[in-house]
Parts: sequence; C-alpha cells; structure tokens
Amino acid sequence: MSATHSSHIKAAARLISQRVNNISPSGIRKFFDLLSSIEGVISLGVGEPDFVTPWRIREAAIYSLEKGYTMYTSNYGLPELRRELAKYLESHYGLDYDPDTQLLITAGVSEAFDLALRAIVNQGDEVIMPDPCYVAYLPCTLLAGGVPILVPTSEANNFEIKASDIESRITERTKAILIGYPANPTGAVMPGEELNRISEIARRYNLLVISDEIYGRLVYSIEHTCFASLPNAKEHTILLGGFSKAYAMTGWRVGYAAAEPEIIEAMLKVHQYTMLCAPIMGQIAAIEALKAGEADVIRMVKEYDRRRRVIVKGLNDIGLACFEPKGAFYAFPSIKATGITSEEFAEKLLMEEKVAVVPGSVFGRCGEGYVRCCYATSLADIEEALRRMGRFVERHR
Amino acid sequence: MKQILEILESNARLGVEQISTMTNMPATEVEKTIRQAEKSRTILRYKTVINWSKLGEERVQALVEVKVTPQRDVGFDAIAERIYRFPQVHSAYLVSGTYDLAILVVGRTMQEIAAFVAEKLAPLETVQGTVTHFLLKRYKEDGEIFEGGEEIKRLPVTP
Ligand SMILES: Cc1ncc(COP(=O)(O)O)c(C=O)c1O
Repeated sequence: MSATHSSHIKAAARLISQRVNNISPSGIRKFFDLLSSIEGVISLGVGEPDFVTPWRIREAAIYSLEKGYTMYTSNYGLPELRRELAKYLESHYGLDYDPDTQLLITAGVSEAFDLALRAIVNQGDEVIMPDPCYVAYLPCTLLAGGVPILVPTSEANNFEIKASDIESRITERTKAILIGYPANPTGAVMPGEELNRISEIARRYNLLVISDEIYGRLVYSIEHTCFASLPNAKEHTILLGGFSKAYAMTGWRVGYAAAEPEIIEAMLKVHQYTMLCAPIMGQIAAIEALKAGEADVIRMVKEYDRRRRVIVKGLNDIGLACFEPKGAFYAFPSIKATGITSEEFAEKLLMEEKVAVVPGSVFGRCGEGYVRCCYATSLADIEEALRRMGRFVERHR
Repeated sequence: MKQILEILESNARLGVEQISTMTNMPATEVEKTIRQAEKSRTILRYKTVINWSKLGEERVQALVEVKVTPQRDVGFDAIAERIYRFPQVHSAYLVSGTYDLAILVVGRTMQEIAAFVAEKLAPLETVQGTVTHFLLKRYKEDGEIFEGGEEIKRLPVTP
C-alpha cells in the first residue's frame, strides 16, 4: 500500500464519530468472513428460517407489483395492515390497540427497537438487558446515547432473567428494560409469573419495558406469554413483533411496534425522517401473512419442533450438554467439556469438521462457554453436523 | 399416531429411533404404532418419488377420462374395479363433472397406451366413451416440484 493511500485511510478513520468508534465490530461479521473462504460447510450459524416465504404470501406481493403498488405508504404503515395487525393482537393475546394511534409498521424489529431506544433514551440513561442477548441491543443502546446495563443469566436458571436481578440494578438513571423472549441466542423462554414480577417492577419504578417478541410464535409445547397482555402492563410496554421468523419473511423488512399513542408518536418522529415508511411490498405481503398465513406458521413450527428434539438429544449424546430450549430455533449447548473458549471451538470446528456455529461470546460475556446452533436447517444436515461435531468433541475432550 | 404418520409421509426412510426423538415418544411405542398402521393398511406402502427422466428413461403417461353407465346395485364400483385391476392403471378416481372416472395410465410408449385404451378400456360394456390426454411434462407430483425447485439462498452466518 502506498504511503499516501495509508495516510489517507488514517485521516478518514479520524473522521469517524466517537459514538461509532465505541461500538465493537460484530463478532458474527468476523466469523462470516472466515467462513466464506471454505467449501462444503454445513452451517448451523444462521439466524433465519430455511423455509422460503410461503407461496401465497409471495404471490400476493407479485400481484401487488403487477397492479403498480410501488409507492410510499403512510408513515405509520398501510392502514389495512394496521387494522389486520390490531385484529391479530386481539385474537392471539386479547390486546386492544388502536390501529390509528398505537401501531407503527417498521422495517423489521431491528428498526423498531432502534426507534424505541432513540425515542426514550436521554444521554446517559440506563437500559437494563439480559446477558447474553441479541447482538443489536447493546450497540443500538449506545448509539442512542444510553448506557447498557447487563444482567447476567445462566444455564442453571435456563437463561431466564430474574426480576430481582433487574431490581437490584435500577438507579435513578434507569429508563427501560429491554428483553427478548423467546431468546436469541439461547432459545430460552420466560415463565409468566416472572414476567409479571418484571412488569410490577417497571410500574413501581416508572420504567418502560421494550419487549422484543419476534420469536413469540415459535414456542414448543408451551404457550407464549405476551408481555403487554400481563395485567396492567400495556401502558408501560413497547411491544415489538415481526414477520421475519414466524412467516419466514426475513428479507421483506417488515415488523411493528405497539405502544401508548405518545410513545408511538415519538417513535414515528424518528421513523418518518430516517425510514419514511417500511417497504410497501413487505407491507402488502404482511397483510396476506396475517390474513391467511396461520396454517403455514403451524406447519413450520411443527417442523422446527421435530428438529429441535433431534438436535438437543444429539448434542447431549455427543457430550455437549444442552438445556431444553422452548422457543425460537436455537440450541445453546455448553462446550465446557472441551476446555476451550467458544470462539476457539467455533473456529476449530469450522476448520476441522466444516460445521459453522456461532460462539456464544458474541452475545455477551455470559455466552462464553456456549455456542449457538440454529436448527432451522434440514434434518439431514442437522444429523450430519451432529456426526461431525461428535468426532470433534471426541478429539478435543 | 397422526404425528408419526405425518413424519413418515414426508420421509419414509426415518427410523424408529429418529421418530421417537422427534415425537418424544418411546421407541417401542413408535414401533408398535407403525406396525399397527401397516397391519390395518393405514400405511399401504413406502414409496419413493423419482424423476425418471434424469435417467433418460421417459415413461409415457396419460390421463383418461372415462364416461360410464352406472349399474343397478353396484353403481360405479363394479366398473371401476374392472378398470383399476389392469396393472397399466396407475391411479383411478371417481370424479364429479362431465365424466365419471379419471384414470392415470402408464406405459412405455404412446402406442402401448393407445392399444390399452382401444382394446381393453373402450370396449367394456358399460363404457360410453373415453378421452385420452397424454402428459407432456411433469411439473409437480405428490407435492414435489420436479425442476427448478427452490434451493436455500441464505447467507451461512447471520445474527
Ligand atoms: C431477537 C431478535 N430480534 C430482532 C431480530 C431482527 O428481526 P427483523 O428481521 O424483524 O429486523 C432478530 C433477528 O435475528 C432477532 O433474533
């Protein structure tokens, strides 16, 4: 590299904002670059369904393109989508949201929690969240000027966050509690009583709860408890949900937030100037998903459940102790038997056996000693991956 | 029972152990259930969907509409049986609409099928008429798309 070129890069680096510099690069990104150079890999490293969006949903979007629906929508999102969504939340969770003032359609849950944080966090405000947690919670909090306060969770407690651990971390700067159950990366779900305790704490200390329920439909042999549907919880809850996981619609970029009108109004302010509106094609597809996608959701959940049982049993059989994940599509086995770090484990497993998993440490300090294995993958691939991992564990025990 | 059958219907090669894990049922019970289903002919046969054209071995198939005169006491069943017992008849259905029986005939050549229709099917006493449609291309069968099925285009690692 020429001297002028490298000094130019250095000059450019100096121009990057402090805020962005404070954010560490994604561990997943690093792993991805490594992986791209290897052939024949079975990947359990994904975070999305292996189903294509159900045809009826795609077909509805194709038709809308033929009819020329290619423009901006209301900042809030298409009125028909908000009406369908209100009906859906009412029928699934008994929730009563006004589609005109209490629902906002966003470009995925990703945008929704960014909006929520930016709408409520003042510089230095603290946001309490579980460790490990979804990779974006912490950086988005930092970008909003907030201070993430991590609550350790552990396998001993099924990676549930405890209300008492939240309460003991509350200060006068605490603004919100950000949780996401069923959880990425652990597959953990929360018992209703504990959620209730969290809700009571939020009310007592006047905090908001941002509840990312993108995996709410993907639960196995249990019922999902929607945070907003807990007694008296709705006023202090920002409920986030989406279409990416349940309807296999990750690429459409559509999700939503449901909250009190004042909160939605504040989030809308940010949304209208940064996103303007969620993509219309995704919104039209989402209408079809809500109207007619239920059978597809049930079909996919059934399939995930079978694979879940296979991977959890398989991991335990090869000596990677794995607690039973009751939601999402991740197994989170302990790799402590091998005595290496989760990053080493993932890297060596990839090099030696060509299986990709995500090191748990990517999701927080408490994820160390674990790896995330996504079972939204064909049964044949899961079984082959388990064979390879079995060989690997044999060697590294 | 239903769970096990659904699993087998989508992949008949799964073993008792695997199905036991997938359904969280004891292996002995899975085995018993399958055996019962076989005995009661709830499970008729385990089969494989094959794209024979990959071997350059094209089979000729024809959908034949058959219009018949129903008979006293036995309705359509007797004539249907006369027809479906021919091994050339791959599938047979009683249908509503402008004709009565829809049958799928398989043969090596068009001549073979034409001969079957002309010599065996059409001359049957209660058969009033037939219309033969030769299949030109198979797009999808038993839920399987033959060509251009969807491969997964996910990135290998995502958050
Ligand atoms: C917990 C969690 N929240 C949000 C998202 C992002 O969802 P969306 O596609 O709706 O932006 C993901 C995706 O992996 C996730 O795991």
